Amino acid sequence: MSPAKERPLRIVVAKPGLDGHDRGAKIIARALRDAGFEVIYTGLHQTPEMIVAAAIQEDADAIGLSIMSGAHMTLFPAVVELLGEKDAKDVVVFGGGIIPQDDVPKLKEKGVAEVFLPGSPTQGIIDWIRANIRPRVAA
Amino acid sequence: MAKAAKDLGQKAPTHRKDTPSAPTRAEHPTFAREELQRILAERESWTQGELSEVLGKLAHRRARFETDSGIPIPDVLDPASVRETDYLRDVGYPGRYPFTRGPQATMYRGRLWTMRQFAGFGSPEDTNGRFKYLLQHGVNGLSTAFDMPALMGYDADHPMSRGEVGKEGVAISTLRDFELLFDGIPLGDVTTSMTINATAVIALAMYVAVAEKQGVPRAKLGGTLQNDMLKEYIAQKEWMIPPAPAVKVNCDVIEFCAREMPRWNPVSISGYHIREAGATAVQELAFTLADGIEYVQECVDRGLDVDAFAQRLSFFWDVHNDFFEEVAKFRAARRIWARTMKERFGAKKKESLLLRTHAQTAGVSLTAQQPYNNVVRTALQAFAAVLGGTQSLHTNSLDETYALPTEEAVTIALRTQQIIAHESGVDRVVDPLAGSHYVEWLTDEMERRALEHIRRIDEMGGMLRAVEEGYPQREIAESAYRYQRDIEAGERIIVGVNAFKTEGEEPIPILKIDETVARGQVERLREVKASRDAARAAAALGAVERAAREGTNVVPPVIDAVKAYATLGEISDVFRKVHGTYREDGRF
Repeated sequence: MSPAKERPLRIVVAKPGLDGHDRGAKIIARALRDAGFEVIYTGLHQTPEMIVAAAIQEDADAIGLSIMSGAHMTLFPAVVELLGEKDAKDVVVFGGGIIPQDDVPKLKEKGVAEVFLPGSPTQGIIDWIRANIRPRVAA
Repeated sequence: MAKAAKDLGQKAPTHRKDTPSAPTRAEHPTFAREELQRILAERESWTQGELSEVLGKLAHRRARFETDSGIPIPDVLDPASVRETDYLRDVGYPGRYPFTRGPQATMYRGRLWTMRQFAGFGSPEDTNGRFKYLLQHGVNGLSTAFDMPALMGYDADHPMSRGEVGKEGVAISTLRDFELLFDGIPLGDVTTSMTINATAVIALAMYVAVAEKQGVPRAKLGGTLQNDMLKEYIAQKEWMIPPAPAVKVNCDVIEFCAREMPRWNPVSISGYHIREAGATAVQELAFTLADGIEYVQECVDRGLDVDAFAQRLSFFWDVHNDFFEEVAKFRAARRIWARTMKERFGAKKKESLLLRTHAQTAGVSLTAQQPYNNVVRTALQAFAAVLGGTQSLHTNSLDETYALPTEEAVTIALRTQQIIAHESGVDRVVDPLAGSHYVEWLTDEMERRALEHIRRIDEMGGMLRAVEEGYPQREIAESAYRYQRDIEAGERIIVGVNAFKTEGEEPIPILKIDETVARGQVERLREVKASRDAARAAAALGAVERAAREGTNVVPPVIDAVKAYATLGEISDVFRKVHGTYREDGRF
């Protein structure tokens, strides 16, 4: 890594799909902000297109997706694919929510970097981000 | 304790004409002055004696003990702790004002609560199968969960419905789906609850239409429509149009049912989602009752007689972990509601003052870790709901942190209620915790604190305004964050999550809905659209639009529209066209 002081990571926390359960997303957004990251929360009911547009516009390093509706197998990979189409493959996608254990390897195969299951402490997510995400090099 | 009582006195809200405040009284009228003084003297002597002796050797396990809502709990409760309670005025008898002990005189000695398990997933045929399974296994009321597209007003083929069809509830786009959902279920004999809000008027219309096809007139239909939009903006966040017109549609349904569906509960004023989003029990109590006050005010403002509709208002509470606080919440809720309806709205009929409620154990309290422990959590919560005097109950299944429940898991959840009802003995006595110094004290304390919130909301101009300003939303997010921080700091123990952990757990079986459901639903939607009388559907949609624009009651034209097989998405589009859509800001 460059010896120069790194800028803080910019993370888009997003709620894809129609479910309105934003308790987790808001807690994560706040915990990440308190941990020193720059956090943009999209608000509810976002399509993958809206999420990717927000990430590009905000020059985000990562996208954290929160979902409770069971639509993760459709919507998470859609976000990863759209990033590829927009030349933003290096934006790291991670997520969490009500996701069955055996969907996790399938999501990882489709390019989701990490999936946090119910009961994950926010500190674990913060530690994972620090260990795995670096600021993107300006294109 | 004397000090605590004094603190409470200072916190008591100033009396306002419109909101009843908790009564204060210096002495317990059922205790003679001398008796009270002897108790206080004895307490003082115990505090100086046994208590300080033990504390000298062994400190308390915690610096302070408090309920999950943060109400500090004294070292001991005794008759002097509830000296401001007047037994006859504040507690009284079941089925009698202020109904603290229950809405009916005999409670479960007369009739057990309704065991109503919420169900809905996949296609209408899938859910119809689950309904029939539950009816065979002893549930006595149906409860329908709809998928997210149906809740938000999108058909199965809408781009927003991608990946969501049939996932969190049953997929519904047209009356044809409703016909399949209730196929073979006699709607004159069962009562049905429908958890749907933004599009509630459409679901009600479809239910009425299906019943008519079965030959059951709407006046004979029994059931409950959730139809509570305020808590959607506050907590659950499934909306279609902005808050003010949405509340107007809610009240159209209340008005319509008052006229034409005397056995139907047109609204279920819901604390459940408010709590699940992170509110404390006190906030749940306060915000929910404030929502109820707003609906009653809106109906009264449009000229309805309060006694013409108030008896059909129903409630829905969450039941979380803090056992006694949950019991106290039910009791305080009934008392506040009865006084509010009588003193603030001038209701005269006894039935208008009753708070009748459904309850559900706390989904948010379930853990993915060691999921079988959830059976125990749910049993304790269900027991609290029964001691609180609920009229109807859903018990969560052990697997619901992963997905919708499997048939096996649902059966255990239902059996839990049956064991409580038939084996625990709780069905034999009415409000057995009445007179518990702790429970009565906590009931008073929750009432006082809830009234303080309600007063603040009144000052903002009512709940609709408070919601538009984001007040309850902010309060809830704050409580949710605090709760999570307490868990991570180890100040709150969740068994299996931050203590008593097990490595290498075996996964449990879970229910999955695949994408064939979506394809089937889209196919059926296409067939319905192709075979319907297009001109009739278009004309019916035009009538809905006129009613929405002119501000007349939208229920009758929506019934006509669903009968013409206009789709849920098409009808929702009419409302969005007239009133616009709603977006919440990204504040956190």
